Amino acid sequence: MTLESILFIVFAAVGLASALLLVTRRNPIISALYLILNFFALAGLYLTLHAQFIAVIQILVYAGAIMVLFVFVIMLLNLRDERSLREGLSWKKVFAAGVSFGLLMEVIYILMTSASGMTELLPAKATEIGTVEAIGSRLFTRFLFPFEVTSVLLTAAIVGAILLAKKKLD
Amino acid sequence: MNTYLTDILQSGALMITTITGIVLLLVEANRRGRPATSFALAIVGLLAAGMTALIQMPAHGTGFSGMVQTGGFASFFAALFAVAGAMTIALSRSYLARIGWFRGEYAILTVFAVVGMMLIAASNDLIILFLGVELMSVCLYVLAGLARVRDRSNEAALKYFLLGAFATGFLLYGIALIYGAVGSTNFEAISAAFPAISAHIMFLAGAGLVVVGLSFKVSAVPFHMWAPDVYEGAPTTVSALMSTAAKAAAFSGFLVLFVRTFHFVGAGLNTVLAVIAAASMILGNVVAIAQTNIKRMLAYSSIAHAGYMLAGVAAANAIGLMGVAFYLVAYAFMNIGAFAVVSMVEDDHEQHLTLDDYAGLSKQRPLVAALMAVFMFALAGVPPFAGFFGKYYVFLAAVEGKMTWLAIVGVLTSLISAYYYLRIVVLMYFRDGAADVAAKPSVLTMVTVVLAALLVLQLGITPSVVVQAAQRFF
Repeated sequence: MTLESILFIVFAAVGLASALLLVTRRNPIISALYLILNFFALAGLYLTLHAQFIAVIQILVYAGAIMVLFVFVIMLLNLRDERSLREGLSWKKVFAAGVSFGLLMEVIYILMTSASGMTELLPAKATEIGTVEAIGSRLFTRFLFPFEVTSVLLTAAIVGAILLAKKKLD
Repeated sequence: MNTYLTDILQSGALMITTITGIVLLLVEANRRGRPATSFALAIVGLLAAGMTALIQMPAHGTGFSGMVQTGGFASFFAALFAVAGAMTIALSRSYLARIGWFRGEYAILTVFAVVGMMLIAASNDLIILFLGVELMSVCLYVLAGLARVRDRSNEAALKYFLLGAFATGFLLYGIALIYGAVGSTNFEAISAAFPAISAHIMFLAGAGLVVVGLSFKVSAVPFHMWAPDVYEGAPTTVSALMSTAAKAAAFSGFLVLFVRTFHFVGAGLNTVLAVIAAASMILGNVVAIAQTNIKRMLAYSSIAHAGYMLAGVAAANAIGLMGVAFYLVAYAFMNIGAFAVVSMVEDDHEQHLTLDDYAGLSKQRPLVAALMAVFMFALAGVPPFAGFFGKYYVFLAAVEGKMTWLAIVGVLTSLISAYYYLRIVVLMYFRDGAADVAAKPSVLTMVTVVLAALLVLQLGITPSVVVQAAQRFF
């Protein structure tokens, strides 16, 4: 077993476990903390894929900025009795669970039977495109147009957010 | 640097619309409380963009290092989006003033939504397709919630946003899987690699997820649940934009992917598309009968029309491509017209939206009633209006594509649809009632609606204009 596969197994296990704990905990703050752990595990997985830039961004943006927002919202909402959010078992849930399980089995079956081309090892190319330099230079050459379009998208989103959230218009 | 200048000039419509949006932002920032200026500027800018698109249609090419296509297909749809956008802004002016939400931001967001639509149609790369869908959707989420003191409007915006964000997730997963299978997001690269990977499991899964994401945006069954609530709750003119230009934009995404990139073959997903199409036609038309609110009825009718158009996509042949393009143009004008009449009859407090409010409309407002009758006949697919040829082409395509059953479903459900469209005409002309149009429609609104009616008639008489343009798409 190489170091890489050991790291993969460790990060994947942490990721799965924290994701499970995230949805099963009753206290929202504890859920949020598990989400942070999940983000870190994911960042670790990105690192094993040689995607340094994404790994750093994952921690900075998700584990950092977005989590602060999450925790703020949880605290502002001030959920006193978490039990009020719980729902009983209904036929809808049973049906949904059945359909989900069926789909999961289908996906597993398909992946097992046609695994060809799915287990390709890391191409050397991935190492080239994962670095900050490579992403920077691509962003300002070949992908300049999408980069500019993103700025239009953000502008529109800001206009919309102000329109919807401003306390007193005019 | 020079090449960039030519790129900018080549995609003129896109640039003019974007610049219009930015200029509107600056105008709004400096001249507070004068939304009329913004509305006028937006209409002028969009019409200029539409003209530019029509002029640039014959010149094919790609620009911005292969990110967008120019001319042909992209220009055709850019012109449609620009005109539809300009028409909804023109209609909104007096309607929004009446309901108290006449604000410059409306024009800004509509213009940016049109930019997003143009990007979808012009996309030559999955990234641009995604960004276009996002830009369009973000603007529409906000526009749906524009009347933020109304509960319904808030409900519409929130529903559309939550489900839309979910659908975007599907689209993005699909794009990621296609990228994983091909190693590129560029349509030319995918197109070249297509024969080899068309049966690759990862590619198929990706294409399937993209179908889910786009089906949501065109409100096809079973991804239609949001449409009735959103169309009902959003301001009426916003519903007009969502059901016409935004739907056309999502369909242009379908066409770019399936016709151009997957070479008509549709990655083996044609049967899936055909089933979605049949389900949309049946559910949309049958449930529309039971509606008493006209906006909900038009929403279900819009689901049904998405089904007809998807039949053209599923047929996967040249007639289908042309048929869908024609249908989108025709449907845009008929539905903008229908929603415009709804916005005229609606009063200032979300009342007068039931079908019964249309009883006796022909006595009070003969011209409005006559126009509504034109749009209803066109939606039902009665010749000589444009709706007839739209249906004719997509059903013909289905037969040619060896999907006769789909064409049969289409014709049968069209018969059902005639019932609820013509019911409005009967109510307007043969029932007495206190139909009371809220206010005298403004000149701008009337001119726009008459223009829409004339276009519906014109396209029905000379469909060849669009047919010829469609032959030089790619």
